[in-house]
Amino acid sequence: MKSIWYFVGLMLATMGAIITASALYSLANPPAESKVLAHLHPDLWWGFLMLAFGIFFALLHRRKTVR
Amino acid sequence: MVTLGLNPVDWLVIAVYFGFILGLGYYLKKFTRNQEDFFIAGRKNSSWVAGLAFLSANLGALELLGMTGNTFKYGMYVAHFYWIGAIPAMVFLGLYMMPFYYSSRIHSVPGYLRLRFDEKTRVLNAIAFAVMTLLVSGINLYAMALVLHTFLGWNWDVSMLISAGTVAAYVTLSGLLSAIFTEIIQFFLIWFGLFLVSALGIIEFGGVREVMARIPPSFATLWSTSGDPAQNGMVITWAGIVLGLGFVLSFGYWTTDFLVVQRAFSARDLRAARMTPIIASFFKMAVPFLVIMSGLVALALASDPKSGFALLRDGNQVNYDSALPLLIQRYYPPGLIGLGVTALLAGFMAGQAGNVSAFNTVWTYDIYRALINPKASDDLLLWMGRVTTIVGIVLSVGTAYWAKSFPSIMDYMQAIFSWVNAPLFATMLLGMFVVWITPNGAFWGLLAGMGSSFFLFLAVKFAWITPAAITLSPVASDMAANFWRAWWAWVICFLVTIGVSLFTRRKPREELVGLVKGLTAETATVAVPFIKKPEFYGIISIVVLILLNIYYW
Repeated sequence: MKSIWYFVGLMLATMGAIITASALYSLANPPAESKVLAHLHPDLWWGFLMLAFGIFFALLHRRKTVR
Repeated sequence: MVTLGLNPVDWLVIAVYFGFILGLGYYLKKFTRNQEDFFIAGRKNSSWVAGLAFLSANLGALELLGMTGNTFKYGMYVAHFYWIGAIPAMVFLGLYMMPFYYSSRIHSVPGYLRLRFDEKTRVLNAIAFAVMTLLVSGINLYAMALVLHTFLGWNWDVSMLISAGTVAAYVTLSGLLSAIFTEIIQFFLIWFGLFLVSALGIIEFGGVREVMARIPPSFATLWSTSGDPAQNGMVITWAGIVLGLGFVLSFGYWTTDFLVVQRAFSARDLRAARMTPIIASFFKMAVPFLVIMSGLVALALASDPKSGFALLRDGNQVNYDSALPLLIQRYYPPGLIGLGVTALLAGFMAGQAGNVSAFNTVWTYDIYRALINPKASDDLLLWMGRVTTIVGIVLSVGTAYWAKSFPSIMDYMQAIFSWVNAPLFATMLLGMFVVWITPNGAFWGLLAGMGSSFFLFLAVKFAWITPAAITLSPVASDMAANFWRAWWAWVICFLVTIGVSLFTRRKPREELVGLVKGLTAETATVAVPFIKKPEFYGIISIVVLILLNIYYW
């Protein structure tokens, strides 16, 4: 059985990729109504952080199995 | 109605979550071959997996929304739930109680009561726990549907049925194993999904000090105003916090509630089981950054008219639970909103799965096998676990509709906890550490404790007695009354157990080996270096707890 950490990594990487892509789209096409502190682009760097963390976690645990 | 305004990208993030947990349930099914796998995840989890699941089983979305709202209402005092109201009990469980639980190879907490005392004490606790679990599960489901309806505009019935169906699917497929896997995923989603709420709030004000400077001084301390209940937001004295929350409610919940303790039973060995609550204690201490800080940011924003931030109102009542969704709405752009909503959904569903997996275990082992079919085969128990999962979910849905008809459901929830957990802690404490406590003493003590807690709840509710009679102070909040009621239930159970034990027959000492302190070999971790022992990490946890309390005194 694959380790739970592998699945955690896969899921965070998938969600991080979606959020990063959405942030890049918003950067190119700014929405009419912006949120407080939108100029900090929290979605861009947080999505990228999730993507990087998720890939690292999935790669680190890809070969580990439980029992 | 506030609508968080979900975009297609937010829906995609939510869909990824649902796809992952259903896929995991299907993947894990082939590793769930027998009842041991289904009910205690095959006892093969590391202390980290069991520890994070232990914490996550408690960290439901009801708690995230409720505690953020409570911080808005009561201030920093809510941090007591995470610090003195959790850490000492978690460390105590790991260091002193887990060896008795784990070494006796039981499947549930009522199972320990049978070994230490007798069948009637076990069945009494099993029935009380099963009822409590179904009620809490239904309330959890109801609260989720309410939040989705209020903040997302989703249909009440549809959102509840989809979530209940998803939980039923993956828990039925692979039992505790899939419940633990989804709890680990929930842990990461909650941190990634909600961390930015507090972080962006702090950034908006320019620092934590600036946030604290904008809230009333009595809301910004932990202990310095606890001498006089009129001077703090929770209207409680330090004695109520220490005795009611810090001792009885906290120890009653963290050391005897099978919902959380079951996660430690899934650990692969005794050391991992002992480390489970201790690892969880470090993350528990960090949770206030998510919920307390968010509540304080909301309070600071609400005190500044220029911020445009105000909690929702239901008629004349302030809706404190709206604090967290409103902050998400304030700071989160598309994509992150989906992540924040997914974190809340994951919290609700993992809480639901935790309750159902605990219910199916207690029903199967402590009621079905104990009372109905003592000779049930391994395959039949596994089948019964799966059927009970579905029945439990259906009953939870029924309970959710019942909960919908009550105006103040949180009152009933608190009453349920103090009814079952507070007296049980007295029974467990005496059972594990005093050899001469008898089966009849435990049974009648437990019954008296549960009955008195229920009676005190009714007596205050219907004004047969004033709250001051149990809180020992002229003014008190509902929360203070809850803390004190739990204390009195514990005292009554403790005294009746001792009293009856003095006059009734004891169990032979040879039957108590491995179950009671003094008759159990100290097998724990003798050959392990001190820095690898649970005791070492337990001490660090307590030291950090003390430092946090001094810093925010």
